[in-house]
Amino acid sequence: MKVVLPYLSNSHVALKSLIESFDHQVITNQPSKKTLSLGVQHSPEFACIPFKILLGTYIEALENGAEMIITSGGKGPCRAGHYGQLHKEILEDLGYEFEMIVFESLTDSFRDFFGKIRKVAGDASWIRIFKTIWREWNRLTVLDKLQQKVHKVRPRELKPGHTTDVFDEVVDLVAQAESIAEIKEAKKQGIDKLEAIPQNKDFEPLKIGIIGEIYVVLEPFANLEVEKVLGEMGVEVDRSIYLSDWTEEHSFFVPAEDPARDAAKPYLDQLIGGHGQESVGSTVLYGQNDYDGVIHLAPFTCIPEIVAKSILPEVSKEEDIPVLTLFLDEKTGGEGIRTRLEAFIDLLLQKQGRKEMKIS
Amino acid sequence: MVKIGIPKTLAYYVYFPLWKTFLEELGVKIILSDDTSREIIDAGVKETVNDACVPIKLFHGHVLNLKDRVDYLFIPRLVSLNGQTIYCPKFLGLPDMVASSLDDLPPILAPDIDLREGLLNLYKVIFKLGTKFTSNPLKIIKAAYKAKQDWKQFNQYLQAGYTAVEAMDKLNGAEIDLNEGDNDLKVAILGYPYIIYDPFVSVGMIQKLRELGVKVVTADMIPEPELEKNFKGLSKELFWTFSDQKIKAGLHYYEQADVDGIIHVTAFGCGPDFIVDKKLELEGKRRKDVSFMCLTIDEHTGEAGIVTRLEAYVDMLKLRSDRNESSLTVS
Repeated sequence: MKVVLPYLSNSHVALKSLIESFDHQVITNQPSKKTLSLGVQHSPEFACIPFKILLGTYIEALENGAEMIITSGGKGPCRAGHYGQLHKEILEDLGYEFEMIVFESLTDSFRDFFGKIRKVAGDASWIRIFKTIWREWNRLTVLDKLQQKVHKVRPRELKPGHTTDVFDEVVDLVAQAESIAEIKEAKKQGIDKLEAIPQNKDFEPLKIGIIGEIYVVLEPFANLEVEKVLGEMGVEVDRSIYLSDWTEEHSFFVPAEDPARDAAKPYLDQLIGGHGQESVGSTVLYGQNDYDGVIHLAPFTCIPEIVAKSILPEVSKEEDIPVLTLFLDEKTGGEGIRTRLEAFIDLLLQKQGRKEMKIS
Repeated sequence: MVKIGIPKTLAYYVYFPLWKTFLEELGVKIILSDDTSREIIDAGVKETVNDACVPIKLFHGHVLNLKDRVDYLFIPRLVSLNGQTIYCPKFLGLPDMVASSLDDLPPILAPDIDLREGLLNLYKVIFKLGTKFTSNPLKIIKAAYKAKQDWKQFNQYLQAGYTAVEAMDKLNGAEIDLNEGDNDLKVAILGYPYIIYDPFVSVGMIQKLRELGVKVVTADMIPEPELEKNFKGLSKELFWTFSDQKIKAGLHYYEQADVDGIIHVTAFGCGPDFIVDKKLELEGKRRKDVSFMCLTIDEHTGEAGIVTRLEAYVDMLKLRSDRNESSLTVS
């Protein structure tokens, strides 16, 4: 069956491979301007940008013959928990015919969750299903590990853009691996390749933490490649969330030990859905770990992040860490973001009493 | 006497009679903020993050209006009252938002009201709050019981068709005539209590419609069991309390088809409402007998604009019902 999934940056490699292991064909396109326009056209005005990009992605795929949409649900209070159902209603109103599978939280209903896995997996045996999930889980964590390496290498690269090119090759390498052993091998090769990039090892980059709502933090199309832009300006970024962490927390039975949540308590002692509380907590942690600044990414109209934004100035003052909030919507332009980032970096350098960052 | 300030917005329109009786029974003096006004809105807009919705900005304005006159601010953190649905994330973070955004505040009383782990939590909250003002547990129990009675009465008035403001006046012994004459038209106004019942925010919409000869019904007028019947039309129940009530009320009125129109009143920047609005709109599209309109209200909304739209809407409903009647007589 032709299937469409939400596109989520490099993690798509693992998700695609997972679904394709069960005789499906994943036809998700990487989101483009056109995807966003399509999504905006059919979305309510106040929907957030992830909603609009996803709707656009689905429409493009349905036009290309997709028969099944697979996505995740949730039980709030973040609005995304209702997106699957609302997307379905809107798409049906537009006249598309398809099957929609929304994976709700495992703790909601075992039967429902495993029933849906069965539906996607066809008549594959449970052993094969779990083996496949385990393989793709490995792929996902490897991709996230490599991404972390990229964040370290990029600000030190001698030739701008070199790291990005190498990383694209490395992602392909991981995508082609067919077993856990091969994935591990690809990881080793990937690390080697990234380390082989000519770098200025003496350079002391600024360190900036990136926090915010998971979709806009993970998907470069939504955040206008903020990590890459910062990296090439010579900033070492650290992301507070990775898909592998999120999945671990939301699907397995790992007791939620979240240092960010504990750190948030003096400022916001309540789970508010999405990543609102984590945003506050991660800022505290970055402050305590002597980062130079924090960039807060959030979709326009995102409720939890609005709550976080109104608390962050206090955190910023108390923990002595500068915070820049960027609300992203369909009208956000790359140059506008770049200008604000440059100004923010100037400010951080001044705070340190440094004039220039790049020695070269 | 201890003075506790309660902002006259948001949960005020739902729970104030409950809080009032409870706190007054414990010997507390309640100070309310002034009625919503241009000054209050402007003050709130200035202090709140620009991305917040109008009701949250308004809340900050009311707090500013109160803060210098009281010993405590009462801003309960409403998480879940029925043990199932929760409130909008902005309600969940409200005390923290206020504390972070505004300076020089008196201490905030923010009991966490989260009954998802059982009713026992409610008693804990009641006692924790009560012991701040009295050491006599009997007095607390009595106050809570009395508060519950008053709140019940308040809800009965709401069900009978009074607005929240009228129902509170009635609780205080005022005589109010609903003036239920012959109305040709019946319109459901669906919106959060803090929007439709605040005369300034809603620019007196309910009163205007009544003056136009329209019988107004609201979500509060549907008894709870009736409301719960209608969730079969939903593929997934909304997890926010007010939104859940609103969408079920919408489905109820669509299903009963005894209203001529449904007006959805929403605030600019309201997070959950884009889902509610789209679902109500799509439902309206599937049905031919009830017409649907959405009115968005923000801090700049003028009375004339809203009145014009209401008049046009009522004219259209009248035309429509005339046409239906004449077609009936022909056949």
